[in-house]
Formats: sequence, structure tokens, C-alpha cells
Amino acid sequence: MNNNLYTCTGEITAIIANMVIVKANGPIRQNEICFYSHNDKDIMGEVIRTDGNYAYTQVFESTRGFKVGMKTNFTGNMLEVYLGPGLLTKNFDGLQNDLDKMEGVFLERGARTYPLDVDKKWTFKPVAQPGDQVLAGDWLGEVDELGFPHKIMVPFKLEGTFRVVEIARANDYCINDTIATLSNEAGENIKVTMVQTWPVRVPVKSYLEKLRPSKLFETGIRVIDTQNPILEGGTGFIPGPFGSGKTVLQHALARQAAAEIVIIAACGERANEVVEIFTEFPELDDPRTGKNLMERTCIVANTSNMPVAAREASVYTAMTIAEYYRAMGLRTLLLADSTSRWAQALREMSNRLEELPGPDAYPMDLSAIISNYYSRAGQTVHRNGSKGSVTFIGTVSPAGGNLLEPVTEATKKVARCFFALSQDRADSKRYPAIDPIDSYSKYLEYPEFTEYSKEHIGENWLEDIEFNRDALIQGREVYEQINILGDDGVPVDYHVTFWKSEMIDFVILQQDAYDEIDSNTSIPRQKYMLEKVNDILRTRFVLGDFEEVRNFFKKIIYILKQMNYSEFQSDKFIGFENELQKVINEKVKD
Amino acid sequence: METKSFQKIYYRLSNITKATCSLKAPGVGYEEMAFIQGRAAQVVKIIGDEVTLQVFSGTEGLSTDSEVIFTGESPRMAIGDHLEGRFFNSFGKPIDGYPIIEGTLREVGGPSVNPVRRVQPSQLITTGIAGIDMNNTLVSGQKIPFFADPDQPYNQVLSMIALRAKVDKIILGGMGLTWDDYLFFKNSFEHGYGKSKIIGFINTLEDSPVERLLIPDMALSTAEYFAYEKNEKVLVLLTDMTLYSDALSIVSNRMDQIPSKDSMPGSLYSDLARLYEKAVQFPDGGNITILAVTTLSGGDITHAIPDNTGYITEGQLFLRRATEISKVIVDPFRSLSRLKQLVIGKSTRTDHPQVMNAAIRLYADAANARTKLENGFELTDYDKRVLKFAEDYSGKILAIDVNLEIDQMLDQTWQLFQAHMSKDEVDIKQEFVDIYWKN
Repeated sequence: MNNNLYTCTGEITAIIANMVIVKANGPIRQNEICFYSHNDKDIMGEVIRTDGNYAYTQVFESTRGFKVGMKTNFTGNMLEVYLGPGLLTKNFDGLQNDLDKMEGVFLERGARTYPLDVDKKWTFKPVAQPGDQVLAGDWLGEVDELGFPHKIMVPFKLEGTFRVVEIARANDYCINDTIATLSNEAGENIKVTMVQTWPVRVPVKSYLEKLRPSKLFETGIRVIDTQNPILEGGTGFIPGPFGSGKTVLQHALARQAAAEIVIIAACGERANEVVEIFTEFPELDDPRTGKNLMERTCIVANTSNMPVAAREASVYTAMTIAEYYRAMGLRTLLLADSTSRWAQALREMSNRLEELPGPDAYPMDLSAIISNYYSRAGQTVHRNGSKGSVTFIGTVSPAGGNLLEPVTEATKKVARCFFALSQDRADSKRYPAIDPIDSYSKYLEYPEFTEYSKEHIGENWLEDIEFNRDALIQGREVYEQINILGDDGVPVDYHVTFWKSEMIDFVILQQDAYDEIDSNTSIPRQKYMLEKVNDILRTRFVLGDFEEVRNFFKKIIYILKQMNYSEFQSDKFIGFENELQKVINEKVKD
Repeated sequence: METKSFQKIYYRLSNITKATCSLKAPGVGYEEMAFIQGRAAQVVKIIGDEVTLQVFSGTEGLSTDSEVIFTGESPRMAIGDHLEGRFFNSFGKPIDGYPIIEGTLREVGGPSVNPVRRVQPSQLITTGIAGIDMNNTLVSGQKIPFFADPDQPYNQVLSMIALRAKVDKIILGGMGLTWDDYLFFKNSFEHGYGKSKIIGFINTLEDSPVERLLIPDMALSTAEYFAYEKNEKVLVLLTDMTLYSDALSIVSNRMDQIPSKDSMPGSLYSDLARLYEKAVQFPDGGNITILAVTTLSGGDITHAIPDNTGYITEGQLFLRRATEISKVIVDPFRSLSRLKQLVIGKSTRTDHPQVMNAAIRLYADAANARTKLENGFELTDYDKRVLKFAEDYSGKILAIDVNLEIDQMLDQTWQLFQAHMSKDEVDIKQEFVDIYWKN
């Protein structure tokens, strides 16, 4: 880093864990980045509070060996990320260091690596013409990034209207080559390269407007798509106690969601889980495009043993990268596992700042911070008419599995989908353990979605879902009665109602994440199976006693599951379907 | 502690609490070690030239004119091959009666492994205990605790696993052990396979609770030396992590920090994760596996300590007394090894996953049958047979004193299937039944 860039300097006056107080000799900016000189290394920190000349800073690495009087340089810039072609397939830490470029097995203190590849050539095609009027976020040209048209945009930071003076012709360029010259209203020329920077804590706002979500965001997971759909540009969260399958579910979403770009923020979770992604994704293909999964993925990994302050930054780093791809008109999915660890990082810092605590010692503004963050998701329209989206799904790890804790409550206020993982379902191995009744999707009430579903899924789709859900609830109610009164103590009809709901559970809700076919169900197939199941729900059967009811439905469930395991509409699938019809016909009441 | 010429010495404490003391001392580094009248202490807070020290063995009897010597260094210890077969206290002093040893000093509690340099764990660790090897298989590089009630024999099970596990080195981090338990570990290890494989860092209940905070870092730094520098397979035993966490809460309380859930410090998750995440498979073949003990109070796993632990570790193991055989088993229902999928049916026989699931399913049916029996209902023929199966299964296979190879476990489970159940009831893929179901 060039010394001329520093706005002022200072000296450390106090050290309390990873909070350091610095006396500065000039103006200090809230959230600006500073560097402490420690044993010839620059350690990075961020101003989080100012008191007179004293800057309270959080250090992004260990403060071991820090001394009072150590020199500190202030940069005047907030925490920024580099945005440009080459982000995909990368593994970053929370501060956007390229982890693969780091030397050695251990993360050495003060080690920093540039996130992009400076020498790599990209084939650039201009989109704008000299003379065009452009604003921040407008497209100047594009390069091919692993098959994606990666747009080179007017840097988000540029304010006002610009005129394109010159644009590079189609050719191969490195990210730091000038690809356009713009002039502002005062006639000054600005050179634009393929890389730009943006402060992570500030939302990118270079779009015309944000739209209300309307389109289904396919995940291939039936209990989500059918029962509790999330929409493109929507938000959802997955709270669940440990061992309830949060991670398997997140990985399934990362693998098969209908997104063009997937950003994964591994925030304060197990390192081996990230290793699983590193190991498995390069061997898997995107079911929709056939391309390698890694080629649409960017991972921000700040695992639980990495510094806490950088963990807090990691979710913002990931969000900013997602917003960058959204501005190119791409459908982006951001997954954060887990937002509770991020909230805990906030709590640790608030504690050291000696702020008055809110509930469970979290900072008072926790709810506002979480809301602001979730609000950065959404579908946007840009000046050139293109639409992009950031769909956000976060996990929450509630302490003791209790959903009445501050992080879950704050998230519930802002996320529109709630995928409740249930310990009971996990214990009885009913995966994914999303409880269909406790979970909700507010998008089912959106008139935009009603219209979309009628046009793209089916005329009666929403009614079908509701009918199915009611049957599930009825099944649950009679199950309690059966439990109290005993198998013989209730009419046979009760058993039929119960077993019909079990059929929904086994055939629609449960899904084998490790089976190639069953793990990912297309919407036409989900519709087909929902209608099939609903037909059986409507059918009246002649069945003698509860044992016969159980055996009959066990048979039906078995065949339906075999259908789930077979290629849709294949001979095998149709074979099972015919078999099913035969079994049903034997017991149908005319 | 010998004094050296460049060390800074002070004689004026300005403030003494139960666990900390403060003094004016300019130029001190954060987390630097110091000695106050010979007691080890560490810098935990610096404001201007006022330094707060955490005194590990407690501040009882310290006077305001105590001699304070700063070492100028963060915590270090002599790590090397000479540690083999030895037992030390929290300060690295031998407690086994043999002489002090010198060696190269290394930093304790060093940096984390770069996640992209980690290798996915894939090597099976066998223990001879079916509740682990067959139902909750351990993988090297994994971290997993026993969630145990204080009256359960967790330390015995831990030492048994350590004795049977095929690893190069076993490092015991004992926190708040009774002296009896320390001797138990020492004797059983020395008896089991001579001394060279074992290294112990022991804090007993007679020592100050705050000293415990040093134990896991010493154990894990030593483990890192053998796993990373020597490419060895290292098994680290940490018992009891609940007492470690209690010590954390004592210190945070003395530092006037605001407690979060269950009076634990808000940083409990990060504090525990920092230790457990030392479990790793290194690219060059060495690895660190952590087996820990977290004692529960009244079986409550929603308490902050087991709860945070569960979010960090790769599964958890529960012990249970199997009343039908009056022996301790690893609970097949509540226990979970998250990494078992990486090895079962791959490093082990291909029928392993199916046999495991079938046996547990039958065991669950037996539990239901027992409830039926207790409630005075009549048992069906199936009920009676699964009860028989369950009794044999827990007695001949699951009981922790049974020591079998995995293939033997599988073969014997097949025998039990055949003895008590029909092929339909076992519900295993035909291809395996064809091979293993002997007519």
C-alpha cells in the first residue's frame, strides 16, 4: 500500500482483545480502514466508534503482541471489495483475500492476497458507443467469464452523468487495462478499467427500481417449491437446532437452485463443511446448464476459527459480490450459513465497546442491522431494461433450538419465507426436516405470484396446494386423537385421514438428498405428483379395519416412492404408475 | 522462573481482584506472559500504561508490592519428541516425578489452518466399540464430544477408545480431573502400550480453575507439532470441556463482561470453535482427531455449553445404561457421527450402511415393544422376537466392553438377524442377503 494514500496516522493507546483504541492526529471517518504496523506487517482494522481524537477500532486479526504506542495508518476508505471478471470459482476469506493464493498451510497474520488475477486476459466486446450518455452501473462492454456475459459497467462509485469518449475495440485485455474513457459534466476525463471497488457496507443502488417478487425461484426441493415457495429476489431463512439438517439443505440449494450465479457465505461455521464444497462441487454439474457447479459459484469462507471481526465483514463481502452480478442482469442466489454467527460477532464487539446490552446481550440495534441486510436482496430493473435479482436464504442457529431468541425473532420480521427445521422430524429421519405446517411463505399471498402461477404452473396450482395442506393438518389432528384413544378407539375413517397425510409426508415432503433423481424435482414433475396425490386424497376407499388401512397405504406409499426414484415419464415410472392404479382400483368405493 | 537482564520488573500492583491484578507497566505486549511472585499470568487488557493481568493460579495472598516480571513473549512451551510419555501440569511442569526437560520453545495457540489447504477427512478410526465403529463411525480429522451425565463412566470409555484406536500419538488434556482419574488415565495408558505414545497435560480439581484455560492450547499445539511436522495421526482427548467453559465464565465475570445465555460469555461459541477447529486432516497425511467430554447437568443439551458445542462439533455421542443387559452402551438413537458417510460402505464392507440401519430399526421396534410391555399390553410374536434380538444385539455387540473388528460386528449382526428375524423383517437389499444370509 502506498504511504501517500494515508489520510492520517495515530498511535495505539489501549488494547482489549480485538478492540484497539487509537489516538489519531487528524480527522477520522466512521468505518474507515486502518493498518497497524506490527513487526513489519500491516494488520488491518476498522473504525467502529470515535470519541474526540480517539478511534475505537476492531482488528480483523489476532492482537497478540500489540503494544501501546504502535503506529497506525488511516486510509480514509471504508472496507471495500474488488469487483471484476474472475470472481467465480474463487475462495475468499471474509475480507476478500484469495485463500488459494495464500502460502503455507496456516493463515499467517498480516498475509493479504489480491482477489483477482491481474495477468489473465479476458476477451472484451464493447457494448456502448462513443458519445453515449451513461450513468453508474450502465454497461460499457462484456467479457466471457466461464460462459457468463460478465458486463463491464460504469463504476458504481461515479456520480452524475458521463459521456463515453472512447471505448476499447474488441480484443483481449487484462483487468487493469483501460477499456473506456468517460468525461463528466465538467469535461474531465476518467479512465475506466475492468475492475472497480465498492464499500461492502453500502448497498449498491445503481438500478432504476426494485420490483415486487413474482416469479417462482425453483429449488427442486418439493417442500419448498410446492408448499412454501420462495420467489426470485425473495428472502427466506432456515432456523434449526444442530443436527436437523441445515447444512445438507443449504448444500442442496447451492447445487440445484435455478440461479445463474451462487454466492456462498460460510460465516463462522465448521471448516470441514467448506472443505466438502471445495471437494464435491468441482465434481458436480449444474443440472440445468450441464456446466461444472464451481463455475457458477463464489465462496466467501470465514470459518468459526477465523477472526471474529472478519466474520462480521464476510456477510457484507458476499452480499456486495451478489449485487455486482445482479447489476449485470443475472439471477443470483446468496446463501449465508449462519447469520447467527454473524450476530454473535456483533455481540462480542458491542460488549467490548461497553454498550448497554439488549436481549441476550446482543446489541440493541441487532434487529435493524438484520433488516437492513435482508433488504439488500431483491429483483431490480436497470436503465437498459435488463432485470437481475439477488435471492437470499440465510440459516439461523438458535441457541438451544429455541425460536424465541433475538436473532430468530429479528429475522422473522424481515424474511418472507420461513423454513422451520424440526428436531422431531430430524429424529425420525424425515428429511428434509422442514416442518410444512410451522413453515410459511408470505409469497403465497402475493397477487403477482397468483398470476404467475396460473400462467406458468397451472390454473389451479394454489388451490391444489391449499387442499393438500389442509389434508396434512387434518391428518395431524386425528393423529393426536388416535394417540389418546388408541387404534381401536377411533373410527376407521380416522386412520384413513391419518394415512393420507402420511402419504403426503412420504411422497411430497420427504426427499432423498443423496438420490440423483429424487433430490431434484422439476416443477412440471412436482405438479404431476401433487395432482396424483390430491386425486388419491379425494378418493373414497372401502377398507375394513385399521390394519388394512395401514397395509393399503403402506403399499401406495411404497409405489409412489418408487415413482419418485424413477426418471419422470420413463417406462419404469409409467410401470409403477399403472401398478399404483391397479392397487387403488381394488379398494375404490364406487 | 529465572530472571534475565532484559526483562522488565515491577513492584507495584494498583488493583487486585480474585483472578486479575493491574499495574502500571509501559511497553508490554498484548497476551504477553508475566510472573507475579512466581505465579504465571497473562496480559488481558492494556489501557495506556495500565496493564491488567489474569493470574492463572489465583491472587490469594498477593500483596501490592509483589514482584512482577514480564517475559516479553506470548505463551510458549518446549514442544518436541521429548514430550513423549510424559505428564505435565498447566504450566508445562512435569507432574510424573521425572526431571524438567528443555527444548525449543514454540508458540501456543497459533494461527488457524487455511480452509482451502484442508483435506476432506476420509480415514476410518476403529475403536472396537460397535456403538461407535458400526453405528457412529469416527473419521480421522473429526471432532466429536461425549455428552455425558457426571455419573456416567465417560473417562473409562475415553481411555478404552484411546487404548484401542490405531493412532500414532494420544494427547490427553485433562481439565478439572480428580487426582484419582488422573492416576487412572496414567496407569491404564502406561499399562496399555508403554509410555511412548501418550502425552498428558493435566489440571486437577486441586488446582485453580483458571489454570484450566491453558490446557487445551497446550494439548492442541503439541498435537499440531506431531501431526504437521511429523505427519503423525494424533488423537486428542479433552475432558471435561464443561469445566473449561466454566473457567471462561469466571474470567469474563471478573473482567466485568456482560454475560449471555446461562451466564456464559458472549464469545463462548468462538472460544470453543477455536479449539475444536484444530481437528484437521493435513495434506501431507498427518491429522488431529478430537474426542472430548462435555458433562451435562440433568441431561439438558439446550444449556449453552452443550448447545454451542453441538453446533461446532461433527456429531455427538451419548452413553446409556442398557437395562436389559445392565451394561453401558453408546446410545444408538441420540448419537450421531456427521462424518460417517465418508467412510461407511467405502472403507468398510459395502453392506455396512444397510446392516447398521436395519439393526437400529429393529432396536427401535424393541424399545416400542418394551413400552407396550410396561403398559400392560399383550406382545405379538414379532414383539417378542425383536426383544430377544435387542437383548443379544446390546449384549453381544453394543456393550462397550466387547471388542470386535468391524467385519466381525457385521457378521455377528447378520447372525442375530438370522437367529431372530425373517428376511422380510430385516428389509435389506437382496444382493447383500444373497451373500450374507447363510441358509
